[in-house]
Amino acid sequence: MRLEPRQDVGLVLLVAAPAGAIVAALVLAAIPLAFAQVSLLDAYRLMATGALGGQFAITETLTRATPLILTGLAVTAAFRARLWNIGAEGQLYAGAMAAVLVASHAWIDSSLVMIAVMLLTGAAAGALLLIVPTLLKTRLGVDEVVTTLLLNFVVLLFVSMMLEGPLQDPMSMGWPQSEPIAAIAELPDLIARTRLHVGFILALIAALALWLVINRTRWGFEMRAVGANVDAARFAGMPVGRVMLLTAVLSGGLAGLAGVGEVAGVRGYLALDLSPGFGYTGIVVAMLAQLNPLGVVASAIFIAAIFVGADSMGRALGVSSYIADLVVAFALLAMLVAGLVTRYRLRRG
Amino acid sequence: MDAIVDILLAVSFWTAAVRIATPLIFGTLGELICERAGVLNLGIEGIFTVGAMAGWMAVYQGLGLWGGVFVAVGTGMGFGLIHAGFTVGLGVSQHVTGIGITLLASSAAYFTYRTVLPDVNTPPRIEPFQQLPIPLLSDIPLLGPALFSQTALTYLAFGSVVVVAFVLYRTPLGLAVRAVGENPAAAEAQGISVVAVRTGAVAVGSGFMALGGAFLTMSAFNAFFFEMVGGRGWICIALVVFASWRPGKALLGAFLFGAFDAFQVRLQQSIGAAIPYQIFLMLPYLLSILALILVSRRAAYPRALMVPYRKGER
Repeated sequence: MRLEPRQDVGLVLLVAAPAGAIVAALVLAAIPLAFAQVSLLDAYRLMATGALGGQFAITETLTRATPLILTGLAVTAAFRARLWNIGAEGQLYAGAMAAVLVASHAWIDSSLVMIAVMLLTGAAAGALLLIVPTLLKTRLGVDEVVTTLLLNFVVLLFVSMMLEGPLQDPMSMGWPQSEPIAAIAELPDLIARTRLHVGFILALIAALALWLVINRTRWGFEMRAVGANVDAARFAGMPVGRVMLLTAVLSGGLAGLAGVGEVAGVRGYLALDLSPGFGYTGIVVAMLAQLNPLGVVASAIFIAAIFVGADSMGRALGVSSYIADLVVAFALLAMLVAGLVTRYRLRRG
Repeated sequence: MDAIVDILLAVSFWTAAVRIATPLIFGTLGELICERAGVLNLGIEGIFTVGAMAGWMAVYQGLGLWGGVFVAVGTGMGFGLIHAGFTVGLGVSQHVTGIGITLLASSAAYFTYRTVLPDVNTPPRIEPFQQLPIPLLSDIPLLGPALFSQTALTYLAFGSVVVVAFVLYRTPLGLAVRAVGENPAAAEAQGISVVAVRTGAVAVGSGFMALGGAFLTMSAFNAFFFEMVGGRGWICIALVVFASWRPGKALLGAFLFGAFDAFQVRLQQSIGAAIPYQIFLMLPYLLSILALILVSRRAAYPRALMVPYRKGER
């Protein structure tokens, strides 16, 4: 038996692979659920209704999906060029902090200008944070996996320092949280009396834009070429360092936007528990989508549904909410197998 | 200046340095074994966490301290085998598998902890490994207590460095490990099973990582906390590069790191509140990045690191 690369991958297989991985992940979830001694049938039913049953559940899922789409896109952009950005979590916080810095006071009367400036600064902050390890990689050969990972801890400590210092809300009674951002900088709700905000639409636009960049522009072509074979790309005369740098700006910027969205669309202020690991989960989102920006939307919604559903199931049955993280980890590993199936076929002999 | 001299002349400083270094010695050795065989193991952070939880839980359930160590190592090796199944058996991305193993292992640890102890707010403590002063040697001024008045796991870490170095450079097994990490096709031609050697290396390396986690709960903090590993695994990956994939240098790197960390804690105490404490907490991470920058230019990575090997495929 040996593996043989497939010549062409049909659309059916492209959709069936992640679907299979998702089913496998849900089936594997039976192991921890059995360990927690709950009825499997109840657990799955409550998870499904908690995530998708009714308007409230659905808007909660889409709200949760918004940052995941953006971090998923951030990872997609980077991984396409084989820039191993594991630092989306830190970039998200950098974006969130930038949003608070520029939007805690209304310095202009236009909501549109406030929001635009806030989005741009947030993206710039995230991008800046990824530019450093990318330059270290291209100039000095420093492995970006470890540097981006370690910077996550540095950024979180920096945010903690700011929230106990200059950025602390004087009205917070000592809690490490920032002042709320100005009302005109808040992202408006999409549906009244839900938490779903305009950020979701922005995330959809970002997905479409990234798809266009990767598939329809010269720059995207260079990104893919560098990702496919960096030596060949260099030999073909592509400016590998510059392509990497542009990829970093794109990837870090998208992760930064995720942070802006959480501050301006959901929380209204910055705190240390702004993100329950959206940056890391973005990796799973991107892999489930097979690094396709449009697929990211679907996989982010699925992962968000798992989190929202597991939260509500966990509350009802007394199961730890870490069940969601387990399902997400299962999904990632199952997707690695499924990805192999789409790229190779098994041949005898 | 006097403050710095005082710190460096205190026995407690050197003892703390060795204590901080111990889990890093285990983790760095573990990662080094995996990478020498050609497999980057980014599961390290999660395997640390699950090792910490499993060892602690076994002791908490009454299995005894060494029983806990075995449970931790076994659990770590189990996750190592899953990692190897993906990266060696199937040959899929080592980066993504590693992140997946970290997600899986740490959420499995947290889920198990919460399921067994649903309503516990203060983490229950266990009776940890006690200090085991070695007669005579521990009487040496300054370094004696630091090196020879530690717990059994620290001595185990010292011993592991010697054993791993010996196996790696002086035995056929070590040669096989290095061969599959440098040139797997040539190793296969010599009759070495690349899949078997790499799988074994990842499993054993992961066992060491879990031991590093077990030290945290069974010899340092005596309880299990969420997020307690705090990036130690990632720091070990930086230390492996710093050590240019050599066990002896790994020991040195872990010591330097431990000394620096112990130093910054004491400096923080003597300087007081003039500088926010977060600055000091950032230093270990920044130091790891700096160490990487300094050595990366001349880093001699195992040549087949991160290159999956499929028989007969070029």
